[in-house]
Amino acid sequence: MKNNPPVFKRFRESRLFWPLVALALILITDALFAPGFFKIGIVDGHLFGNVIDVFNNSAPLMLVAIGMTMVIATGGVDLSVGAVIAISAAMGAVLINPALGNKLISNDILTKDATNTPLWLIVLADLAAGTLCGLWNGLLVSRGKIQPMVATLILMVAGRGIAQLITNGQIMTIYYTPYFFFGNGFIFGLPVSIYIVAIVFLFAWVLVRKTSIGMFIEAVGGNAKATYYSGISEKNIKLFVYVFCGFCAAIAGLILSSYVHSADGNNNGLNYELDAILSVVIGGTLMSGGRFSLLASVVGALVIWTFTITMYTFGVPANALLAGRAVLVLVVILLYSDYARRILNKFVDRKGSPHGAAN
Amino acid sequence: MAQRIKHFLLNHGPLLTTITIFILVYVMGGRLYPAMQKPQVFFNLFINTASLLIVSIGMTFVIITKGIDLSVAGMIALTSAASAALLAKNASPTLVIPLMLLMGITFGFTLGCIIHFLKVEPFIVTLMGLFFARGMAYIITLEALPIQDATYRLLALTKVHIPFLTKEYVYPASLVGPLLLLVVIYLSFFTRFGRTVYAIGNNEQSARLMGLPVGRTKITVYTFSGFCSALAGIVWSISLLSGYGGYAPGMELDAISSVVIGGTLLTGGVGNVIGTLFGVLINGTIVSILQFNGTLSSWWTRIGVGVLTLIFIGIQSLFYMRKKHG
Repeated sequence: MKNNPPVFKRFRESRLFWPLVALALILITDALFAPGFFKIGIVDGHLFGNVIDVFNNSAPLMLVAIGMTMVIATGGVDLSVGAVIAISAAMGAVLINPALGNKLISNDILTKDATNTPLWLIVLADLAAGTLCGLWNGLLVSRGKIQPMVATLILMVAGRGIAQLITNGQIMTIYYTPYFFFGNGFIFGLPVSIYIVAIVFLFAWVLVRKTSIGMFIEAVGGNAKATYYSGISEKNIKLFVYVFCGFCAAIAGLILSSYVHSADGNNNGLNYELDAILSVVIGGTLMSGGRFSLLASVVGALVIWTFTITMYTFGVPANALLAGRAVLVLVVILLYSDYARRILNKFVDRKGSPHGAAN
Repeated sequence: MAQRIKHFLLNHGPLLTTITIFILVYVMGGRLYPAMQKPQVFFNLFINTASLLIVSIGMTFVIITKGIDLSVAGMIALTSAASAALLAKNASPTLVIPLMLLMGITFGFTLGCIIHFLKVEPFIVTLMGLFFARGMAYIITLEALPIQDATYRLLALTKVHIPFLTKEYVYPASLVGPLLLLVVIYLSFFTRFGRTVYAIGNNEQSARLMGLPVGRTKITVYTFSGFCSALAGIVWSISLLSGYGGYAPGMELDAISSVVIGGTLLTGGVGNVIGTLFGVLINGTIVSILQFNGTLSSWWTRIGVGVLTLIFIGIQSLFYMRKKHG
């Protein structure tokens, strides 16, 4: 047991290790106690089952987590993503149905499966709204020199108000079928949302790993002042990550509103800021900034949703699930604390492979 | 003398601004809606923001130490649900109330210990607290439970008349906040504990090197916030006479923004509870203006509070810069 192959050791020290262990633990629990969990069937020509559900449901969270990872890597945090999701969803719903709530409009106009706005414009407006929100956050943080938590708190408080302002305080139901493609459509039997996540992830990955932006982001997170003195525009890097985070949240809003067929300023993307931060933390990126891993955060989002869907399979009511999620956070906190790490590392080094610890 | 006034203004600038904004907003409301000029409307502010005030007072201490407590609203919901469930089983209120306070203290203490000993961001730990408390409340009851208890009803319906005024009144529950405020003013300005809180917020490292009990104080601060949330939960359940896990949605945000509007810096070390009182009152005034208007919906509260927070952060950084240079 002492001669661990170096590949394995490297894997154990990589950021992906702990999220994957968590995922494996949950999946093993499923395999043991919920036999039907891995069953995948084919309905209407596309795949169907819990595993597909996990992917489809976690797509918006993965997107937000990708944006959030970059923000957290610069040492900031974006609390407004949930509100941005709501704004983007509201934007889409309003453009599909320009009839606002306070006018008297007959039911058949409201429920008509058609729209006056072309689809590309709707999508563009969604994304633009979110990106603008990100720009606002980014300007406050980079140019206004306000702490990220406070700066984004403003939009977090006001954002849901703005979303309701857009829809005039109503929960708007969407009846436009082409719009549902993003959240409910399937390409080659797999949900469209997975493809969207893949594209955004690839884009972000190329951006941070194949260009120098990733290094700049880590540099800003490590030491903003030193970065500034070495001639990197620390302000623009910060601005960029918030804009990108807003953009990701906007896509998430598009998928979510398309998935639930409605825009609700109060409930679209509720608690997403918390879940996204949680995914990033599970992914091993430190809240203080610095090194980060996009893939680990995506796996973190997957962990959260696998856990959630597992709990649903066990019949835990949605509301009480919050307590279960708290336990998940507690476990993560304990695992990631220096104290626990030291003990675990000692244990692993002495006893050999971490398989003993994982199972 | 001029120097002195300048010094005074720079030192108490944020607090004075808060008070000015409160008066401005209130007078503006009175101009717009003459019915708002009645004194009772002013006392209604205390009735309506009873829980928020208590929670914000606890939050102020936490924020001064550079921390944050997101779990407060969850604790309110849990307290209301738990006390409703206990009272429905004919438990005596003299037992239920201390039990709830004890629960809040234990809860805050646990969070504080995790934050201090495991060195985890307060943000994440208290977030877990929020999930946990709300989840527990939903496990206790999935729908709102009414409270039929006689003592609670008596407390909820007795009017306390304001001395020297004929008709104006508040409820006993709305007096808890102002009383707590007096205690906390004493605590923060005249005790060793209070001064340690400020020292930690300014620079934790120096506070530790000075030999101040940093760990103990931090844990105490979160414990106190837990106590305040439980107290707010009791006040909440008395005024609504029911308990439910979904109560007080987003109140942690209202509390944080009240504290910020009250002139406390989220970077720690600066601020005081008197400002928080006015922050809460501003929050309440915006809500009552919207109620008097009647056509505007409640989402304007959110936007208004957001804009005010923004303005306030601007003013604060201005004062802060002046102080640094001057």
